Amino acid sequence: MSQAKPPLPYKMRDVVLPGDAACPGCPIPMAWKVLSAVFGEKMILVIPACCSSVVVGPYPNNSLKASIVHVAFASAAAVASGIAEALRRRGVNDVQVIAWAGDGGTADIGMASLSGAAERNHDFIYIMYDNEAYMNTGIQRSSATPYGALTTTTPIIGKTEHKKDVARIMIAHNVPYVATASIGYPHDLYAKLQRAKNIRGFKFIHLHAPCPVGWRFDPKYTVRVAKLAVETGMWILYEYYDRKLHLSPPSRPYLDPSKRKPVEEYLKYQGRFRRLTPEKIEEIKKYIEQNWEWVKRLM
Amino acid sequence: MGKKMVLTGNYAVAYAAKLAHVDIVAAYPITPQTTIVEKIAELIEKGEMDATMIRVESEHSALAATFGAAVAGARVLTATSSHGLMYMHEWLHWFSRARIPGVMAIVTRTLAPPWNIWSDHTDFYGQRDTGWLLAFAMDNQEVLDTVIQAFKISEDPRVYLPVLIGLDAFILSHTSMPVELPDEDRVVEWLGPRRQGYVIDGREPLALGNLAWPEDTEELFMDLEKAMEESYNVIKEVDREYGELFGRSYGGLIQCVHCSDAKYLAVSTGAWSGDLIEAVNMLREEGYPVGVLRVRFYRPFPHRDIWEYARGVKGVIVYDRAISFGAWGPLYTDTVAGLYNYTTKLPIISNVIAGVGGVNVPHEDFYRLTKEFIDTIEKGEEPPRIKWYHRR
Amino acid sequence: MVNKLVIEKPLYNKLPLAKPKIGVAGKTGTWRTEKPVVNNDKCKRCYLCEIYCPVNVIRVEPETGAVIDYDYCKGCGLCADVCPFNAIEMVPED
Repeated sequence: MSQAKPPLPYKMRDVVLPGDAACPGCPIPMAWKVLSAVFGEKMILVIPACCSSVVVGPYPNNSLKASIVHVAFASAAAVASGIAEALRRRGVNDVQVIAWAGDGGTADIGMASLSGAAERNHDFIYIMYDNEAYMNTGIQRSSATPYGALTTTTPIIGKTEHKKDVARIMIAHNVPYVATASIGYPHDLYAKLQRAKNIRGFKFIHLHAPCPVGWRFDPKYTVRVAKLAVETGMWILYEYYDRKLHLSPPSRPYLDPSKRKPVEEYLKYQGRFRRLTPEKIEEIKKYIEQNWEWVKRLM
Repeated sequence: MGKKMVLTGNYAVAYAAKLAHVDIVAAYPITPQTTIVEKIAELIEKGEMDATMIRVESEHSALAATFGAAVAGARVLTATSSHGLMYMHEWLHWFSRARIPGVMAIVTRTLAPPWNIWSDHTDFYGQRDTGWLLAFAMDNQEVLDTVIQAFKISEDPRVYLPVLIGLDAFILSHTSMPVELPDEDRVVEWLGPRRQGYVIDGREPLALGNLAWPEDTEELFMDLEKAMEESYNVIKEVDREYGELFGRSYGGLIQCVHCSDAKYLAVSTGAWSGDLIEAVNMLREEGYPVGVLRVRFYRPFPHRDIWEYARGVKGVIVYDRAISFGAWGPLYTDTVAGLYNYTTKLPIISNVIAGVGGVNVPHEDFYRLTKEFIDTIEKGEEPPRIKWYHRR
Repeated sequence: MVNKLVIEKPLYNKLPLAKPKIGVAGKTGTWRTEKPVVNNDKCKRCYLCEIYCPVNVIRVEPETGAVIDYDYCKGCGLCADVCPFNAIEMVPED
């Protein structure tokens, strides 16, 4: 009936403070709660221009009981590199440096500095929270926007390219740890952060973060949409380390295509997919299949 | 007396970083700064310098990583030129507005297209409004001394602003000169531990840079300006202390040669001031009452010091190695505006723009141009206000 | 050897630094158009609502069940949607 201990550490209650400026149903503070379950207040978030820059509230107040360094747009990975090296030199090893950037700040404008930091293997965690568009400036298309999605810069035809797979790019950089995660699966994210915490070198986590405002769904469905992404096979949860891909438990059933829910169930919740034609939906199904083929090859 | 070495300007920067016990250097190569980065890498890998080098993938990341290290408590130095400086420009603003100490060397090189690796001061002046203290050296000894002084100035609680030191491409950066290195232990003792106004290393939850409303923002920048004005005194104090401890000082924000009884002043900054001084020496021998006012710190602008020397003069000729297109030379602009702080009755001030794109301006040209300026005024005529002097 | 570090306040000390505070966007409870109401008899103390709540205003304890701080609850409805036991209902705000 009742449980003696909560399934996640109590310190998760102390770091993400209520009353932030996020939209109702926003995935960002949800993810921060999981981070705080692992690191408590002992984390330095390096945040480039993105929704998170504003969610934390205005000077002189901060909605996170942790350290933040706000930085210019293209440089989260570079600043995190500098902080990590300085702390290492000073012998400060009880605080976790985390570059926390959106898909725009990572896959687009931040691509060069991300690649540089990954190649030099600096010791910090880079988390790209992916809400699949430039949300902070008002829902414009990014390279991480999925095929067919409507954004304010693809308002009628929808995006004509598939999603840029940044986790795959990071695997190609041979960094010690790459993982995909979703805010719909906090225990899975927690386990991945715990593993990353104990690895030295560059760690990358691609975190799926559905945005109710940008994807056009009711805020109460944030978790439901995140789970449907995994259940339809659109988002695959895995870790890559020791030169092998390890499929995460929530995604394992969907290795079998017959177990996946039809992708229409995921698409129907989201207003950004309202102009999809049957041909485009076929294209999306092919995309799902191709991703699973790639995953199987690396397992 | 410290150790004497024969060093290029770039190596002087590298050795100054070594003497100051810099913790972290994050830099990206660009001609003609490259040998700074190479020498530092060599000193580190040989074990002569205990620092960490981050071999970043771009200049934008160079200043970003430098900033990250500085915010987390490290003593930092970086260097670049020309387009590298243009690429990292947004980071200069970030650095100073965060009120974090740091030092950067700029090997001044002109901008493209066309590609051109030689010296003018355009890239330097482009940083005018960033809130950095901007210094310019005339010879390699001054490069070394000013880089060391920069750490002391930057890490002073009355300042807490980053400092940029300019040195001319090839004229200083790749030319060997005898340089005396002060004793490393005495430098480290004088600099003391690194001081900064706050540190982000997890000791307490602190956020840097949250969104601020307009009134708060303006107040933050007004404090930056107050620190910049206070740095005027700190620069003089540091230069004086350096002179007492290590035997060399440069006059603070400006260096004046033959100024005490001058009726005419020639103003310049950078390496070519040496040629200007030679020309003025020649004119002095012919009886011309002219002096050289070399601007050593362009920001904060030394208007008080310039006024002290310019108040009784009949004419001021300002040599600029850059132009603000659509207007005139940057040094001229600030000289006129600076003097106007003190009087509405300005002397005749002329601007000669020359050496842009790296054209060499030998002392004979300075001699001719300055002589012409003085002769014209003595005759009762007015010299042209703005002249772009070009020669092949 | 590593440089020692001294933190000393600047002379002109308005710095762009922010410190943690609850309610940086004000009492975000005023944003609501509907509010979650918990039936603590149905609540099985699974903690899912506490884990998922984006404003971190739900506290689940074995004795009390799920308790919500309505000063800051934005009324997004996520808790009602994730509860496996339908113990939370969204009712219109009056």
